[in-house]
Amino acid sequence: MKLRQWLAPVAALALVVVALAGCGGKGGSGGGANEIVVGVYGSMTGNDATFGQSTKGGVEVALADLVEQAGGKIGGLPVRLVVEDDQGKAEEAATAAQKLINQDQVVALLGEVASSRSLAAAPICQAAGVPMISPSSTNPKVTQVGDRIFRMCFLDDFQGLTMARFAVQNLGLKRVAILKDVKSDYSVGLAQYFTDEFVKLGGTVVVEQAYTAGDQDFSAQLTAIKSKSPDAIFIPGYYTEVGLIARTARQQGITVPLLGGDGWESEKLIEIGQDAINGAYYSNHWALDMPDTNLQAFLTKYHAKYNSDPDAIGGLAYDAARVLFAAMEKMATEEPAVFAGLGSAKAGTPERKAALDRLRDLIAATQNYAGVTGSITLDANRNASKPAVVIEIKGGKKVYNTTIHP
Amino acid sequence: MSTFLQQLVNGVTWGSVYALIALGYTMVYGILRLINFAHGDIYMLGAFMGLYASRWFHAAENPSPVKALLVLLTSMLLSALIGMLIERLAYKPVRKSPRLSALITAIGVSLLLENGGVLVFGADPKFFPQLIPQKTIALLPGVTVSNQQLIVLVVSIVLMFALRMFVLHTRTGKAMQAVSHNHMAASLMGISVDRIITITFMIGSALAAAAGVLVALQSPKIEPYMGIMPGLKAFVAAVLGGIGNIPGAVVGGLVMGIAEVMVTGYLSPTYRDAIAFVLLIVILLVRPAGIFGKAVTEKV
Repeated sequence: MKLRQWLAPVAALALVVVALAGCGGKGGSGGGANEIVVGVYGSMTGNDATFGQSTKGGVEVALADLVEQAGGKIGGLPVRLVVEDDQGKAEEAATAAQKLINQDQVVALLGEVASSRSLAAAPICQAAGVPMISPSSTNPKVTQVGDRIFRMCFLDDFQGLTMARFAVQNLGLKRVAILKDVKSDYSVGLAQYFTDEFVKLGGTVVVEQAYTAGDQDFSAQLTAIKSKSPDAIFIPGYYTEVGLIARTARQQGITVPLLGGDGWESEKLIEIGQDAINGAYYSNHWALDMPDTNLQAFLTKYHAKYNSDPDAIGGLAYDAARVLFAAMEKMATEEPAVFAGLGSAKAGTPERKAALDRLRDLIAATQNYAGVTGSITLDANRNASKPAVVIEIKGGKKVYNTTIHP
Repeated sequence: MSTFLQQLVNGVTWGSVYALIALGYTMVYGILRLINFAHGDIYMLGAFMGLYASRWFHAAENPSPVKALLVLLTSMLLSALIGMLIERLAYKPVRKSPRLSALITAIGVSLLLENGGVLVFGADPKFFPQLIPQKTIALLPGVTVSNQQLIVLVVSIVLMFALRMFVLHTRTGKAMQAVSHNHMAASLMGISVDRIITITFMIGSALAAAAGVLVALQSPKIEPYMGIMPGLKAFVAAVLGGIGNIPGAVVGGLVMGIAEVMVTGYLSPTYRDAIAFVLLIVILLVRPAGIFGKAVTEKV
């Protein structure tokens, strides 16, 4: 009984101490040290997990560069990354953006790859006035959300045109079937742009079939496609399903080439598709075997850090982070007073708001930035206009085939 | 015509997977009057057990039919043990409670397996190794079947046939029939009802695991939520054939598979998931006991 009497106050005291320590710890990492917090969000897990992991990898290499060149600091303030996983779900992408903006008080967001998820997060960034740079969302609607949303890659209208021209002019195809993911903004948009250009060039889309991400069985769609005997099948989807579709197509005795877009860009494509994916072509942002000095330097750095080759998603994320850092560095040297507003000490103040406005303008003014995925100039609609590369899969390897300019 | 036949082949292959899963639903229902909602997740676990088994046996490096069979049997065995554990730990304690408690427990077990799967295996899809290299076999001009599809079909038929033999011609099988008629009377005849229920769960789980491995063989992407949709559809298949009825589950599964493929091929793939539930509504309106079910009047 006696023990219990003195135990209670001690326990209460312990609780208070723990609570205070908790507060102190949080203050130390958040408000204590003045730093620049940059948010990264993407599908670190889920159906297309390599997209998020590559994005994170690319951004981390950019930060490693900054550490090497300037001790990881911009304008005297250390840069810290906060990475959020959206599990490949649009609603989680919106939650991740909310958390990064409201809780972590980030000065900019880097992400997403999938257009549906960028479209879910973009309105939140726009409303909060925080710039968002999507490394690799290609659907035109993404940057139409508002003047705070940027991208580092070409658009689907150009990508669709690229594959349509390639199909007609390089492969001499006339009759193409389309198999698209009906629930993906990216896939539906790309299928439409491809069709527009392909028909303009005198081709015919003989049949259009659909699937939904997560499906396991594609035999019915492919049998329907086979009965129309097309010259090729255009599959504007993401790599997981594309690999399964390729296998089923070969199973059904369909031997015509498969065509696709940058959603195919993942090492996993070949792992799932195996032999079935050989002889396929897809449009991409780069090819690893292009003789570009920036690209080759990046590959060396990436290899040293992760001991694997990056995909184009990683390269675009690297460029996105570098463009952001360059804009912040410019601000730090030219307008140090405004730049101070980006520090975490100024979160929620009018200075932060002014600094974010200025950061937006500086990102928008990016011109002829020598990126690893080509020269980056942002146009009036905050899109990068870049050539597209067509990649052929040969013997389980991705091989550069041709470049198509806008 | 060849397109139609090809679609029929696709439908039968896919349907045989539903049939295998539906058998587990129907057996458990027949004996316990319990809809085991965790059954679809056993199918998922079966695929993962197959993945681990193929790593143990190094089955992917130099694939052979013997290794593939070993992987299948290991997965079935492990899943049967998991099925037994689930029955002992989750369902047995609530067996005397109202039926609703057991149903809610089943939903709980299902959620536990799915989210436990995310925790243990990770949320991103895993790739099932190629245990048997793919070959295409022409049946008729324009109609092809792959060796993997054939394996799915043959293994399913063998398992279904073995189950039928077991239930009709062995002592344990006959005991299962007796328990499904009346627990009390069966136990008065000297049958250990607990043992029979455990065996039922083990067989059902092994069949679901076989379905998981067979699907992964063909379509090698596996993830912790992969069992939800096939589980629901196999449940509909079991109801369609008459829940509690073993041949009914097989026919129901095949009808479901063919219906899905035909809807996808000739109408629109967006109706693929809808057709299962349209079938469920129609059967409940027209013949609530299912195709093979006997209408039972409940005595009050």
